[in-house]
Amino acid sequence: MTENEPTAAGSQPAGQQPTGQQPLLQAEHVQLLFPVRSGDLIGRTIGAVHAVDDVSFSLAEGQTLGIVGESGCGKSTLARCLVRLLEPTGGTLRFHGTDITHFGRKPLQPFRREVQLVFQDPVSSLNPRKRVGQIVGTPMRLHGMNRGKATSRVRELLERVGLNPEHVNRFPHEFSGGQRQRIGVARALATNPRLIVLDEPVSALDVSIQAQVINLLDDLQDELGLSYVFIAHDLSVVRHFSDQIAVMYLGKFMEVSPAAELYRKPIHPYTEALLSAIPIPDPRENRARERRVVSGEPPNPIAPPSGCRFHTRCPRATEVCANAEPPLAEYAGGHLAACHHPLNVSPAEIAAASRSPFSPLSAGALMPGGRDGAAPGSPVPEVPSVTAGTSKAPDSQEGAG
Amino acid sequence: MNEQLLEIEDLEVSFATEDGLLRAVSGVSFTVSRGETVAIVGESGSGKSVTVMTLMGLTRSPNSHFAGTARLHGEDLVDAPEHELEAIRGKEIAMIFQDPISALSPVQRVGAQIVEQIRAHEKISKADALDRAIELMGRVGIPNAKERVRAYPHEFSGGMRQRVMIAMALSLSPSVLIADEPTTALDVTIQAQILDEIRRLSTEDDKGVIFVTHDLGVVADIADRVLVMYAGRLVEQGTVDEIFYDPQHPYTWGLLGSVTRVDRDPPRRLPAIPGQPPSLVQAPRGCPFQPRCPHAFDRCQELPPLAIQLPEAPGHLDRCWLEPSVKRAKREASGRIGLTEGAAS
Repeated sequence: MTENEPTAAGSQPAGQQPTGQQPLLQAEHVQLLFPVRSGDLIGRTIGAVHAVDDVSFSLAEGQTLGIVGESGCGKSTLARCLVRLLEPTGGTLRFHGTDITHFGRKPLQPFRREVQLVFQDPVSSLNPRKRVGQIVGTPMRLHGMNRGKATSRVRELLERVGLNPEHVNRFPHEFSGGQRQRIGVARALATNPRLIVLDEPVSALDVSIQAQVINLLDDLQDELGLSYVFIAHDLSVVRHFSDQIAVMYLGKFMEVSPAAELYRKPIHPYTEALLSAIPIPDPRENRARERRVVSGEPPNPIAPPSGCRFHTRCPRATEVCANAEPPLAEYAGGHLAACHHPLNVSPAEIAAASRSPFSPLSAGALMPGGRDGAAPGSPVPEVPSVTAGTSKAPDSQEGAG
Repeated sequence: MNEQLLEIEDLEVSFATEDGLLRAVSGVSFTVSRGETVAIVGESGSGKSVTVMTLMGLTRSPNSHFAGTARLHGEDLVDAPEHELEAIRGKEIAMIFQDPISALSPVQRVGAQIVEQIRAHEKISKADALDRAIELMGRVGIPNAKERVRAYPHEFSGGMRQRVMIAMALSLSPSVLIADEPTTALDVTIQAQILDEIRRLSTEDDKGVIFVTHDLGVVADIADRVLVMYAGRLVEQGTVDEIFYDPQHPYTWGLLGSVTRVDRDPPRRLPAIPGQPPSLVQAPRGCPFQPRCPHAFDRCQELPPLAIQLPEAPGHLDRCWLEPSVKRAKREASGRIGLTEGAAS
């Protein structure tokens, strides 16, 4: 679409580039598996929760990536990986080109200043025993700002997020939900970050207050040139913000698309299901609309289905979906979707699609339409190739379902 | 369709608190008929949950005070002595709660919990009650109900737990079903399934359903009539089409305007309602919405009555001093407030 769209194509060279072309944050095959231990004395690892399973994206400066998925899909775990509260068990995270995947506490410090997190629940994410001034001021003090300077900056920030600076000495419980979320935003801004990861920042708020907070976040982005990763559980709120939206299901990206296009032309059946499940606040249109209610519930992330993870609930699933994990196919305009039976694309578009480098390593080369997406002439691999360092789990499920 | 099941008149609920008398619900009147779904919409603290919990007798406490009546088949629920209420509750009027994990006992099998409710009202053997529980669970779409009755609530997913709640609410086939934000805690794809289930109850089983929610999308999907509450009062009521296509109260405009829609390109800025909802202890004078209302004028210092404003729509009431013609002009002049389309139709 526009030229300042984050380029979905290919990974930029990892070296430091002072130009604006350098992506701010890159995730390459990021994976986080939580071990499941047996209940016996030895506590052997008997499996893993595939919370985030081989996710890749690249976020350019000043852009917003929306990540949407249902509960348990791993979106919050991914958020915690991105701010390095959790250490990925596989893959690489680059910030300004620097590999931060396995940085320890000390080397992470400059990164912590530049990347902040806003939590979903404005009640439990603020310490009830601290005054607002302390809550917002602590990040500055931790990063070495002197007390006097910090005090004046706290007032400035409170004013910036629409709170009365006179309220620095109040406690969180003295504020309403929307105001508390503003405190959370002020705290995130305290260290002048470049990137803020917003983990469902408005889900706990009333609609009229939601709009206030969304507008505030919007203004801050324009003013300060911030980048956002915006996590949400449905597709209505992210639409307002995002340049790109990723739809996540059971730890994997199902579709990644420029925001407007995702709503106009969902390619993955799961995206379509999410869109059609949201009731539209317009009774006549709602009645006229054909709704496809997806049956069933998300499967267990300890033993995710083989092949395409959505095939157990997908109305379009066939045998191939259970056997081969689809790669992310790149359609025109940087629209990626991992599906063997894509919706809303013509045969010509399917023929023109290529295998995206953001595809999971475990995914095969089998493109929609039965084409081989690897180099021409090479055979379609029966079993998806697995590169060292990634999970073998999708393979071990092969043939099930 | 027209038989009135529930008639609520001038319901008032207040609680004595340390800060003073908190008026949670003031002068609320409405009716629910057979086969009808009435949605109550409002923000947190608007009194929507207190209203329905009062119908179930769940707000009774030493510091609460009630006035007005709520007649179910002619019998008053507000003043009924506890033992009478016990006979009605669950049997005539049942409730589905927002959070099924805290509404179900964690230490009892779900089948036993349903059986307990059935046997509290009917003389029936345990085995027969269990058979009915299995049948009910099957009916609300729990697969393998025969085995699942022996499971504990933690063994169910959120959506399945909500189905157990629905099965329990249906166990004595009450004529009125109250659903208090039944889908708020669920994912959208599961929400769609549960809404289908509840819709079936009102259309096929002819129950009266009161659906409490803050989600206008869900309202558009499921409601026949809509009540909009603000600061403990009804500010507007009407059919779902009246509320969505010809909203009369500026608060309703604000609600409709600040909703994000998946099927439309988003506006540059979301029209937000400025300010915060008022305190219920020290309510503002006059119209409760007046401190936040961009169209407030002198007369708003006085509380407007909930009245019919449009002769062509006798079921459409609202609580605002502005003339309908003025309102239409203001609503459309301010652009996206209300819905862009349909408002004119």
